[in-house]
Amino acid sequence: MPIDILMPALSPTMEEGKLAKWLKAEGDTVSAGDVIAEIETDKATMEVEAVDEGVLGKILVAEGTDAVKVNEKIAVLLGEGEDASALDAAASAPAPAADNGPAPVPAQPVASAPHPQAPAIDTPADPEVPEGTQMKSSTVREALRDAMAEEMRRDGDVFIMGEEVAEYQGAYKITQGLLDEFGPKRVIDTPITEHGFAGLGVGAAMTGLKPIVEFMTFNFAMQAIDQIINSAAKTLYMSGGQMGAPIVFRGPNGAAARVGAQHSQDYASWYAHVPGLKVVQPYSAADAKGLLKAAIRDPNPVVFLENEILYGHSFEIPDMEDFVLPIGKAKIERAGTDVTLVSWGIGMTYTMKAADELAGMGISAEVINLRTIRPLDIDTVLASVRKTGRIVTIEEAFPMCSVSAEIAYQVQEQAFDYLDAPVLRVTGKDVPMPYAANLEKLALPSVPEVIDAVKAVTYTA
Amino acid sequence: MATATKSTTGTGARTTGRSRGAAKKAAPAIAEFDKDQELHAYKEMLLIRRFEEKAGQLYGMGYIGGFCHLYIGQEAVVVGMQMAKKDGDQMITAYRDHGHMLAMDLDPKGVMAELTGRRGGLSKGKGGSMHMFSKEKHFYGGHGIVGAQVSLGTGIGFANKYRENGNVCMTFFGDGAANQGQIYESFNMAALWKLPVIYVIENNRYGMGTSVERASSTTDLSQRGVSFGIPGEQVDGMDVRAVMAASENALEYCRAGKGPFILEMITYRYRGHSMSDPAKYRSKDEVQKMRTEHDPIEQVRARLLDANWATEDELKAIDKDVRARVAEAAEFAQTDPEPDPSELYTDILL
Ligand SMILES: Cc1ncc(C[n+]2csc(CCOP(=O)(O)OP(=O)(O)O)c2C)c(N)n1
Ligand SMILES: [Mg+2]
Repeated sequence: MPIDILMPALSPTMEEGKLAKWLKAEGDTVSAGDVIAEIETDKATMEVEAVDEGVLGKILVAEGTDAVKVNEKIAVLLGEGEDASALDAAASAPAPAADNGPAPVPAQPVASAPHPQAPAIDTPADPEVPEGTQMKSSTVREALRDAMAEEMRRDGDVFIMGEEVAEYQGAYKITQGLLDEFGPKRVIDTPITEHGFAGLGVGAAMTGLKPIVEFMTFNFAMQAIDQIINSAAKTLYMSGGQMGAPIVFRGPNGAAARVGAQHSQDYASWYAHVPGLKVVQPYSAADAKGLLKAAIRDPNPVVFLENEILYGHSFEIPDMEDFVLPIGKAKIERAGTDVTLVSWGIGMTYTMKAADELAGMGISAEVINLRTIRPLDIDTVLASVRKTGRIVTIEEAFPMCSVSAEIAYQVQEQAFDYLDAPVLRVTGKDVPMPYAANLEKLALPSVPEVIDAVKAVTYTA
Repeated sequence: MATATKSTTGTGARTTGRSRGAAKKAAPAIAEFDKDQELHAYKEMLLIRRFEEKAGQLYGMGYIGGFCHLYIGQEAVVVGMQMAKKDGDQMITAYRDHGHMLAMDLDPKGVMAELTGRRGGLSKGKGGSMHMFSKEKHFYGGHGIVGAQVSLGTGIGFANKYRENGNVCMTFFGDGAANQGQIYESFNMAALWKLPVIYVIENNRYGMGTSVERASSTTDLSQRGVSFGIPGEQVDGMDVRAVMAASENALEYCRAGKGPFILEMITYRYRGHSMSDPAKYRSKDEVQKMRTEHDPIEQVRARLLDANWATEDELKAIDKDVRARVAEAAEFAQTDPEPDPSELYTDILL
């Protein structure tokens, strides 16, 4: 029986990849372990090793083909004694593996088609972008890298340190190219010693250098949280204003895909709790670029919470020489009249999709992208709530003592008389992140949950 | 039969005693294995190798998600330690844990089904590749945070002493992990209180993409306990006999109430750090050289054939048997249902 060679999944977030190169030709003998092809994933170029042995009977996907889906048949391997005639039989057989095996979890649920009667969607321009500015497409990953490179060019006191940031070009490829441009003095690979290098960074910052400390993920910043809170956040106050810590702690935060309880946690509310810190959680590439540049220039410690799943997402970004966004200012992503949806970071992906669907149902949602968690731009939220009378917050974090809880508190305090319904929140479930695909999906928020919450506050359920 | 007084297939581990470091111990001579031991080691290591190959395959097919760290190349470390331990001794390690579980006699079906996130998995599908445990088999996980398991293992050693049960906790960590601060806090307490813990440093030369030389100011990790008075030695971790001999010695030391012991196993991982690592930080030649010259399984295989303790056919039969066990595990892991949705809210608090 010929053996199908399928497009392999090569990273937790990979859904498709480019078949960059075949290293074996049709008719070549292949042993298990031989490298047969090179595949470009969202993060890297990977070699594909043969699992079985035989003769490469037919190549089904030519090299150079983009967007080959995981599990698509890419070639057929002939076993001992088989010849090409076996291929016809194989070709007509249905592709296996799809029956019971879960495909890698799609990073995002498939977007629903716009409803035919959907009212026109009002997407206000970003007031921070001058009128007439050219836009270009950028992934969040590129935007972060460009922000750091621009600030490092601008200011010799800015340097970056962290695990695998230099020679490996970043575990998630955020620092790609920085070592080449700025050299090992300013792009520094550290040992796996988070508490130590976070403290070292704060110490350097106390003298006026401007470190960017990358945590491979924020889960590992828990090793270092004492230095972030007890040293970085409090020194300015404790020194009576003599010295602070102009430092950025950045890295992916929150759930990636299927990495389990110890690697999937959103720390926004943890850091937002602490006076002396600024906390930023960007959603789009423009947020990422403009806010990271602002964070690096900020004289205070800034915790900059990125998201691995968003890294590969592309957005329009202003093509400006020096695009800096203000920390502490929310953005109205979409104007609306019936309900206010407040979200930030990856929570925005559910929110924007829900807003689309709600529009189709005749409900006009105003979507606020917070951008910064601390200081919280409650004024933008209040202005919207005073208009709509209803508010739903959306985030992936646990519900207890969450950012949502704080927003609900401030809204009831300052806009109580304007509310026509209780403040509702859609959050991650109150459980450690499970590994199983079905449970993980249940643990995270979903677009239907957002829609249900909106129906509840608009009494349209 | 190959004489085993000096390893000719070693990885370059310096196994002779040197004067540097007060606590430096000479590694004991490599124990000769008898036929049963060689066969046992062969089967156990082969099971891990085939299991990991299958896991890699299932990852590529999308059955396994997230991170998946394979143990291929390092099999002799955990199997040699298993052969030296006694029932009741515990193991705890990081996320590169499938081999440890198989060596602790956990059912390959349960391990594989955990990798695929199914209800028959060891953690009911809720833990995944990096987080698996078995109280029954004295396996304490499976930890995703680099270095955290070292303090936990020290605590398990503390409990052994508290209960006076004579058990030793084998606490594994990597060369990269060896720079984490809590390890040294643990070393101090373990030495201060004479806790029965073996710190097993699996030095596979890289922590993700960073070589030991680029991460550590001193690279003889066996000497990391010197300032606490903890003896340590380097062991050829590609030779299962050397591992077993060193482990027996260390276990005896711990059981005698003398405190902790450090074993630095010089080993190598053939695959990338995890499934998504293109491994550009080392040459193909380097990997190939380790595979052809130091493979832990090939060494045993050669000795078995050399001594006429097994024929090619008999070894093939073993391989077939192992493959069948792995295939059965994979089949189970692909067909077992996902956890019931109600499991989302169980096991959070008692
Ligand atoms: C506290 C913490 N920091 C970083 C990571 C990310 N990380 C996972 S494995 C790893 C490399 C560890 O290398 P080593 O200790 O040598 O073990 P090996 O993978 O070689 O078995 C890193 C940096 C983590 N899981 N936990
Ligand atoms: Mg290592």
